[in-house]
Amino acid sequence: MVDSLRGNAAVVGVGLTEFTGMPGHTHMEIMAVAIERAIKDAGIDKNEIDGIFTANFVEMLTPLSVAEYFGLDPTYMDGTNTGGSVFVNSMQSAAAALTLGLCNVALICYGSNSATGPFTHPPHMHTVEDVYKPRNPISPYALAATRHMYEYGTTKEQLAEVAVSARKWAQLNPAANMRDDLTIEDVVNARMIVDPLGLLDCCLVSDGGAAMIMVRKDRAKDFPKKPVYMLGVGSRTDHNIISAMPDLTVTPAKAAAEAAFAMAQVKPSDIDVVELYDAFTINTILFLEDMGFCKKGEGGHFVSNGNIAPGGSLPVNTNGGGLSCVHPGMYGMFLMIEAVQQLRGECGDRQVAGARLAACNGNGGFLASQVTAIFGTEETL
Amino acid sequence: MADTQNAIANPGPLQVFEENLARGEFRIQQCKDCGKHVFYPRQLCNHCGSSALKWVAVSGKGIVYSTSVVRRRPDKGGDYNIALIDLEEGPRMMGRVMDVQPSEVKIGMDVSAHVGMLDDKPAVVFYTKEQGDKEW
Repeated sequence: MVDSLRGNAAVVGVGLTEFTGMPGHTHMEIMAVAIERAIKDAGIDKNEIDGIFTANFVEMLTPLSVAEYFGLDPTYMDGTNTGGSVFVNSMQSAAAALTLGLCNVALICYGSNSATGPFTHPPHMHTVEDVYKPRNPISPYALAATRHMYEYGTTKEQLAEVAVSARKWAQLNPAANMRDDLTIEDVVNARMIVDPLGLLDCCLVSDGGAAMIMVRKDRAKDFPKKPVYMLGVGSRTDHNIISAMPDLTVTPAKAAAEAAFAMAQVKPSDIDVVELYDAFTINTILFLEDMGFCKKGEGGHFVSNGNIAPGGSLPVNTNGGGLSCVHPGMYGMFLMIEAVQQLRGECGDRQVAGARLAACNGNGGFLASQVTAIFGTEETL
Repeated sequence: MADTQNAIANPGPLQVFEENLARGEFRIQQCKDCGKHVFYPRQLCNHCGSSALKWVAVSGKGIVYSTSVVRRRPDKGGDYNIALIDLEEGPRMMGRVMDVQPSEVKIGMDVSAHVGMLDDKPAVVFYTKEQGDKEW
């Protein structure tokens, strides 16, 4: 029995594709580009990979098709699907499997042709909500935004601050999809989709692939790049359909973050850079509150006046997020890799100087699955 | 209709709910062990795990917990409301408030449930004004 996963596993390789459209490619072909780059980044042979952690919404038996496609012989596979949060959840599973020796080199991977491929509906279980035709996934987040506005006086302008801050970070990231200037007025006046969320309160839809290689800490320094250690993780859920969510202003990220911070033995004020799953502007506000970066209800105020933009007090979504950088259906992989690259110091114009501790929160379903992870450099162990 | 269901009773609770709706009746489940109401219809109480669930009538009274407007082109039917309603018995459900403009539905409004039709399917919908006697 291990007491804690703190520091037991480290990320030693990451790979990202371009985030623009890759027409004519399958999700597996896009994933392959990312995996090739992650393998090179880690300096390993692909046949060293013996743990596969993967999920998407276009196929059911994803670990099997990944093993087959890349000619891998895994001793451990995990194809759990918790929605877009899943890769942060996978990272928890990978750290546990590595700790127990169920595998030695873990691959977490995703690829998607959401923007250019044939539109594929995820498998859907009939629910009592179907007859009302909510415009999922937007409607549940709109309902959360309405309730947050009612309870705490959060405004459309404060939601817009989230989108504008993400855009300012994207303007520092050459790989980001959306880099044109954006103002609060642009966001507030954009075409309404599901009130109170307008077009620019919603993430973009792109292609994209991402892959990450993790190993146990005893091997973490045997690779070319500076290892980034998993210090803490927490995974929680409290509903699936939005009408079953107990409180639309408090997500399971509250409990997930408490667990992750406790394991990591750090607190929100110690964190240098934050990567949150911003499928919609309200997400960033909810997660900043739930994770303890500000008090419940004060998220709208916290994000105002550029506080989470470049030059603000807390760097949030430094790649430009799902709102302005990349969102190929499931975003959880991309926020973790941005955290790793920030802690390696590889982020160029958007680099947060001296970043040692990063907090990530993956969101899945309709605010339903929340997985928080804390990463740190070697000096934080 | 029996007021209890056994683990192997047929049909299952979701089908019973839908058959009740088709007869114009809005019924939800109540747990005979812990006393709490259960919605959506389940085989086991989501509060205590008991399988002793009975079907009960509801008052039909509810309060809007949150609301939104799905924008839709006029030629496709126009905008419509999606709300979450807290029923007097406790459970929350999705619904539509039908008798005011979608954007005029506000959190905290008192609403009453009726079995209406949405796209030719029986559905519980909500009104801000009483719609006459209910039979359930």
